[in-house]
Amino acid sequence: MGEAALFWIMAPIAVLGALGLVFSRKAVHGALCLAATMVSLALFYIAQEAPFLGVVQIVVYTGAIMMLFLFVIMLVGVDSSDSRVETIRGQRVAATLAILGVVLLLSAVTIRATLPEEPAGLAQASPDGNVPAIADLIFGTYFWAFEVVAALLITAAVGAMTLTHRERIFHRPTQKELSIKRFSEGPPEEAAGLPVPGVYARHNAVDTPALLPDGTPSEASINRVLVARGAARSSDEFRHHPTPADVEAAAEGETDEPAGQIGADDDARGGERA
Amino acid sequence: MIALAAETTGNEVAGFGNDPWWIIAIKCLAIFVLCVVLTLFNIVFERKVVARMQHRVGPNRTGPFGSLQSLADGVKLMFKEDIIPKAADKIVYIAAPLVAVIPSFLILSVIPLGPEVSIFGHETRLQLTDMPVAVLFTLAIASVGVYGLMMAGWSSGSTYPLLGGLRSTAQVISYELVMGLSFVGVFLFAGTMSTSGIVAEQERLWYGIILLPSFLIYLIAMVGETNRAPFDLPEAEGELVAGWGTEYSSIKYAMFFLAEYINMVNVSAIATTLFLGGWRAPWPLSAVNDGMFNTGWWPLLWFFAKVILLIFVFVWLRGTLPRLRYDQFMHFCWKVLLPISLVWIVAVAGMRLAFNEGIERNQILLYGGIAVAVLLIGSLLIPEKKPAEEDEQAATPEFDAFAGGHPVPPMPGQEFVAARIPVTPTGATTKTDDRTEESSRA
Repeated sequence: MGEAALFWIMAPIAVLGALGLVFSRKAVHGALCLAATMVSLALFYIAQEAPFLGVVQIVVYTGAIMMLFLFVIMLVGVDSSDSRVETIRGQRVAATLAILGVVLLLSAVTIRATLPEEPAGLAQASPDGNVPAIADLIFGTYFWAFEVVAALLITAAVGAMTLTHRERIFHRPTQKELSIKRFSEGPPEEAAGLPVPGVYARHNAVDTPALLPDGTPSEASINRVLVARGAARSSDEFRHHPTPADVEAAAEGETDEPAGQIGADDDARGGERA
Repeated sequence: MIALAAETTGNEVAGFGNDPWWIIAIKCLAIFVLCVVLTLFNIVFERKVVARMQHRVGPNRTGPFGSLQSLADGVKLMFKEDIIPKAADKIVYIAAPLVAVIPSFLILSVIPLGPEVSIFGHETRLQLTDMPVAVLFTLAIASVGVYGLMMAGWSSGSTYPLLGGLRSTAQVISYELVMGLSFVGVFLFAGTMSTSGIVAEQERLWYGIILLPSFLIYLIAMVGETNRAPFDLPEAEGELVAGWGTEYSSIKYAMFFLAEYINMVNVSAIATTLFLGGWRAPWPLSAVNDGMFNTGWWPLLWFFAKVILLIFVFVWLRGTLPRLRYDQFMHFCWKVLLPISLVWIVAVAGMRLAFNEGIERNQILLYGGIAVAVLLIGSLLIPEKKPAEEDEQAATPEFDAFAGGHPVPPMPGQEFVAARIPVTPTGATTKTDDRTEESSRA
């Protein structure tokens, strides 16, 4: 009863996940759907008295492989959808043919398969429990195949490392060297790091330049990348523009700081900044 | 490797699966309540202990000695405004806290909290369930929980959460590997992967003592796995605001918080079970009155004492160590911890094989000692690295960036010298001009 209940709950989730993988527009949604399907399959394995397979399915496939996939896919960002442009000519025709072939092969195998009258049962298949039975198969019967696959995987990993290896021709400065350089060569006010964006400013977003103690916006506080993309706010927006009243006050020499006048006049920018 | 370790496993999970439904319901409820209450306790405990370490008092306003502070904070958090950013991917954004928190409740279900006790006249173990692969099950559940952080980071639709999500993924994958390897020694010695079986095997000696390197590696890996200081890079506030949790607020943020603290309890409980004898009383107490303290409900006390001791270690680390730099942190995992674990596993497997072959312990120690001595003496024979590189460089011709009229990389032994572009005096002067202008404006 319990197994039937589990099946009827998890099977729709597994199927929906598989369909979601195929039909979702965003790659990350597809990957998450696939992860859901893998977890459902793992639960089926556990329900079928194959706890080792089920748990390893989650650890290896869901936990490691799908995670690495997601790691790469996530870098494309939340807004991007897959492009529907065919990059390789004839790709769709070839893919359709390949899918047909696989479906044919699988259905042929499934239809031709015959089940024995009486299943042997778990007691006969794995007398010492699930884990020792798998160990016997992997390190006994299929030892050679297992080792060959292991060698293949290691070769692939080493190959990937070799192909992506890049000789470093520059000396990469260490944190210590950079720090010494900052003190010995850079301007002294930047030796302890650049000002943080948004400090003392109207709001604390990364695109808002920090206001230095004298009230001038600091260009150095904004990330260069944001500036290059045009995503940063211009620091002019935050600079105090003196009104004629300020200028007069300064000329009369009553006050050094124009800030004292800000409350009096109705300059919106100055008022907000204050 | 893991399958090899379990070669001697019998059907050790007998004793489970015979409970009536109401006992199972009580145990499930107890585990849920335990997780929540321990979280409330741990937050106050952490704040109190860190405060003491920093010569402060810590929370002392709500309840006796401030003990209800986290309850009050929790209520406050629930009533905060729930914000969903406009750029967020809504479904994933809402699902992420659930994916993070639900798996964290599951792990305690396979942890033995005590031996057989009587609940309303029914003899049962203080453990919801067990399976031949229970320890691997905990690893699997933990790896599902990471999806929550990752989904949170991606779906928020902003930069800091994305970076936090990526960091947490890379970090957890790396440290889970090391964590798995630290389990292998325990599996080899216990001959089983079921948690109750491992506790039963530690009746004479805790694995934390025999397999000390494994235990230490696990302790490091568990801090990395739970994203706690000094390995809290995914939510490093100095670099990433709050990492993957930056955009979250209200109950969704509370769920991440809950998940983090339950995960601390989880990894501590696994460490207790695998390395610190599980629910067994520590040595002098275990001998009192013919093992009285190892029966009945007493073991619950020892189990939670050990768990809270490990939580204290978490807090201690947080109060003591500065955060690592990200590259150093990954370097530490892949180039230090992983090789050490692999070498140690080979050594453990060798010892295990020797025991199985019936070789005396003294002989193993003798030959092991000889091998170590030979290695040490051999290391003395390795000539020291000579500071003769300068001579070599002098011998090779000087690097010419345009040898033969084409831009070329340096040959081995040559040092790269950037082509000297004369600094235009105008560029330098404009920069200083800017500065003087700014200062004059001030």
